[in-house]
Amino acid sequence: MDVRTPHFKDNARGAMADASLQEALTHIRRGFIDKRARAVDALPEFEALRDSSKAIKDHTLAHLDLYLEAFIERAEAAGSVVHIAETAADARDTIIGICREAGAKRITKGKSMISEEIDLNTHLAEAGFVPVETDLGEYIVQLRNETPSHIIAPAVHVTRDRIEQDFREKHRGLDPDRDLSDPKELLAEARTMLRGEYLAADVGLTGANFLIAETGSSVIVTNEGNGDLTQTLAPVHIVLASLDKLVPTLEDASQILRLLGRSATGQDMTVYTTFSTGPRRADDPDGPAACHVVILDNGRSSMLGTDYQDMLRCIRCGACMNHCPVYHEIGGHAYGWVYPGPMGAVLTPALVGVDQGGHLPNASTLCGRCEEVCPMKIPLPGMMRSWRRDEFERHLSPATVRWGLGVWAFFARRPRLYQAATRLAMRILGNLGARRGHLRRLPLAGGWTAERDLPAPAGATFQEQWAERERRR
Amino acid sequence: MSAREAVLKRIRMSLKVTDDENRKRTVAARLTEPPRGVIPARSQVDHDKRIALFVAMAEKAAATTERLASTDAIPQAVARYLRDRNLPAAIRHGDDPILSALTWDGTQLRVGHGAAADSDTAALSRATVGIAETGSLVLLSGRDNPTTLNFMPEAHIVVLRASDIVGDLETAWGRLRHIAGRGRLPRNVNLITGPSRSGDIQQTMLMGAHGPRDLHILVVG
Ligand code: SF4
Repeated sequence: MDVRTPHFKDNARGAMADASLQEALTHIRRGFIDKRARAVDALPEFEALRDSSKAIKDHTLAHLDLYLEAFIERAEAAGSVVHIAETAADARDTIIGICREAGAKRITKGKSMISEEIDLNTHLAEAGFVPVETDLGEYIVQLRNETPSHIIAPAVHVTRDRIEQDFREKHRGLDPDRDLSDPKELLAEARTMLRGEYLAADVGLTGANFLIAETGSSVIVTNEGNGDLTQTLAPVHIVLASLDKLVPTLEDASQILRLLGRSATGQDMTVYTTFSTGPRRADDPDGPAACHVVILDNGRSSMLGTDYQDMLRCIRCGACMNHCPVYHEIGGHAYGWVYPGPMGAVLTPALVGVDQGGHLPNASTLCGRCEEVCPMKIPLPGMMRSWRRDEFERHLSPATVRWGLGVWAFFARRPRLYQAATRLAMRILGNLGARRGHLRRLPLAGGWTAERDLPAPAGATFQEQWAERERRR
Repeated sequence: MSAREAVLKRIRMSLKVTDDENRKRTVAARLTEPPRGVIPARSQVDHDKRIALFVAMAEKAAATTERLASTDAIPQAVARYLRDRNLPAAIRHGDDPILSALTWDGTQLRVGHGAAADSDTAALSRATVGIAETGSLVLLSGRDNPTTLNFMPEAHIVVLRASDIVGDLETAWGRLRHIAGRGRLPRNVNLITGPSRSGDIQQTMLMGAHGPRDLHILVVG
């Protein structure tokens, strides 16, 4: 996927003016926040599980080379073919190679964010294959020629009315007068359309929530059952997963599973948690004849041992974006790449480079909600601050920011001048806002005041007020 | 250098480690003796409470349940369930010994065997284990209980012996290791908690997405 994060400001402005998007975003509270809170409150061990899961991932990351070797050995012993891909292009080439060799045409796909990360659908289509997304949200997004705007709710930005329009337009050959007013009918229509696809598919591709070193298994977690139909009915199953999905044992995955459903959708357990190990066995009556596991690095191994290693604990539950005031305002597309919200703001610069993704860590109020709800205790605000520092040090901050900070530094080193200058500025700003008590526009900072008002300064600087109080004592 | 070697090398460089014996021992120990971690207290109860908890949690996840005294009662229970839901009088199951031993003569049902076909409306499987903590069923792929039966039909009926209900997921893994051998699993282990659903339209959960609309659990014994 093209990186559009350098246009973050314009994207965000557009998103805030988009009435349909704003309506769609109102569903986040009812759909996610309240349900998560209820599920977490109902499990007294939730905090202890957070600590234990964090420790599991920290241990895995510290021994990642050895767990990767163990996974490869056991997966191959179970009959899977394991492919390691260093870059997005390597992963795409590997997958296209497997599809060619299988003589494939149609490829059904379960939900996979890594597939978005490597922009797989575009490349599959260019290579002459027909990729079909089967997760309802992904299916809607694919019909609309869009990308997901949320890591677990890909179509969260689309209203019911729009989905009905899309289905009427794209599902040709159905009765044009059919009733689609009830969301249930939309779901039923998608179910019927996709049944044929599962059965016709030559390759079924899924992501993975975990790779288990102990058994060489991959794990998918879904509510719909689409991932299972995808990987069971096609003759070839491809698992596409990134390096950070490794955990040592079935017990370790079980600890984290207790956090995943609750943090994501407020479910104690997601409906289908499926452990897949190798292709069908000799006397199995169903399942794929071949199973490939493609493990993508794409920059992750270089995050180890850095300030950003903690990000590799992420289990992609979506809680951080569901609780982010910035995400609530602008949705996911404004972030301009695959991963939105706080986790995206930290991960994107690590994966695409701070020159491309360096704007995102600024898209935060540093309110701290994301870190509070993150089941894996990832210090997201601290890491965003760290990126801001890196970005500044690399001289990549927009010129106006650097100029402003440069001016401040000049005065800060000269206290008398600083006092004189701030006194003057406060007087001017105080007069500007005297009538309403807040400023609608700030000289030289129109961008900042376009969406918010600045409380007008009282007319004296802090240092002046302090001196005045000291005098009165 | 292969991609595999390159990635392993980069991981070791970033971590500033080598593949020394100490680290190898730590990893081997964890893989052979997996620590159990934090187990929710509510699942650590006696047999009767465990069954009650399983039923309550399965129903919370929108499954329906029914208690049967013995496996002999399964055919009539299946027939009644299909009739009550206005579903066609047909069922399919695999070679599971418990299911294969059933006699369907008194039921008028058409009984199929083996993997599911797209036209199947209802399937019958046996769960190897039930997990009380979450009301989840554990189904293993293979001739006994083909995986397609879990996902293709509209209604999925699952037999679970009360004695196969364990408190937590970790105990379930212990049982599977006993059955399949350490480090080995069948092609699929399906943990199923309630019927299929989707929250992708306006973040409202709707039942019956791509998998079964109804999940009915027959707890036997
Ligand atoms: S950063 Fe934390 S809250 Fe956000 S998706 Fe990852 S695990 Fe979930």
